[in-house]
Amino acid sequence: MNTREKREINRMHLCLPSLSVNEGVARGAVSVFCAQADPAVTQLSDIKCAVSEAVTNCIVHAYRGTVGMIYITAILYADGVRVIVKDKGCGIADVRRAREPLYTTDAANERSGMGFTVMESFMDRLAVHSRPGKGTVVVMSKRFEKAAVKE
Amino acid sequence: MIHTDYGYEVRSGNRVLCVRLYGEIDHHSASVLRKDLDELLLRERPLRLVFDLSRIDFMDSSGLGLLMGRYRLMKELGGVTAIERANQGTMKMLHLAGMERFFEIGRG
Repeated sequence: MNTREKREINRMHLCLPSLSVNEGVARGAVSVFCAQADPAVTQLSDIKCAVSEAVTNCIVHAYRGTVGMIYITAILYADGVRVIVKDKGCGIADVRRAREPLYTTDAANERSGMGFTVMESFMDRLAVHSRPGKGTVVVMSKRFEKAAVKE
Repeated sequence: MIHTDYGYEVRSGNRVLCVRLYGEIDHHSASVLRKDLDELLLRERPLRLVFDLSRIDFMDSSGLGLLMGRYRLMKELGGVTAIERANQGTMKMLHLAGMERFFEIGRG
């Protein structure tokens, strides 16, 4: 997406408290936002999954045992979407390790350790920035197979 | 009460328990389903657990955790677990996690 059309077409900001019911709210909202570009159904389902993983991480890890705000930004370009999921939670001490498949700090609660792997596999790009005690920002983007965005 | 879009149906006989999950399986729904299914498994003690995933509209990695957790319990109880009728999106998730190492995965 970086090398091609970068023109922004639409933008959405969404702020939600870290309640598990908001996992469905967040992925639903991003899905509706992306639908205006008429992406393939499989691509839309990939984006929903990735958003669900990022938001679940905020709820389960970043704000574990507390409730904090999750800030979601979705930016629609002529040929794809970028989704930013930000929290002000506990942060990740070792991002590289956290991104390894099957790595989890919460096996007791049946976390599969596949969250970042899903985001990475289902989106085209994934960047994770984190500061322990400050929070985490996840930036992910996906290019639509056919650029069908109408202005 | 907040509307929740998930659930399950159960059929059993001959110590085979078939659980058809439906709706959206994420961390929110998985934590409820997990408790219900474990109670059911401990009560029924099936030799074979079959998950029918044909009615799932959405599943993320929390669904993988739900399936793996039940697989482990079934193993403790001396039974096997199978997955049937997963749709394309669910199948992609199952393969990503290498779930075929643990489950018989069939299209049913």
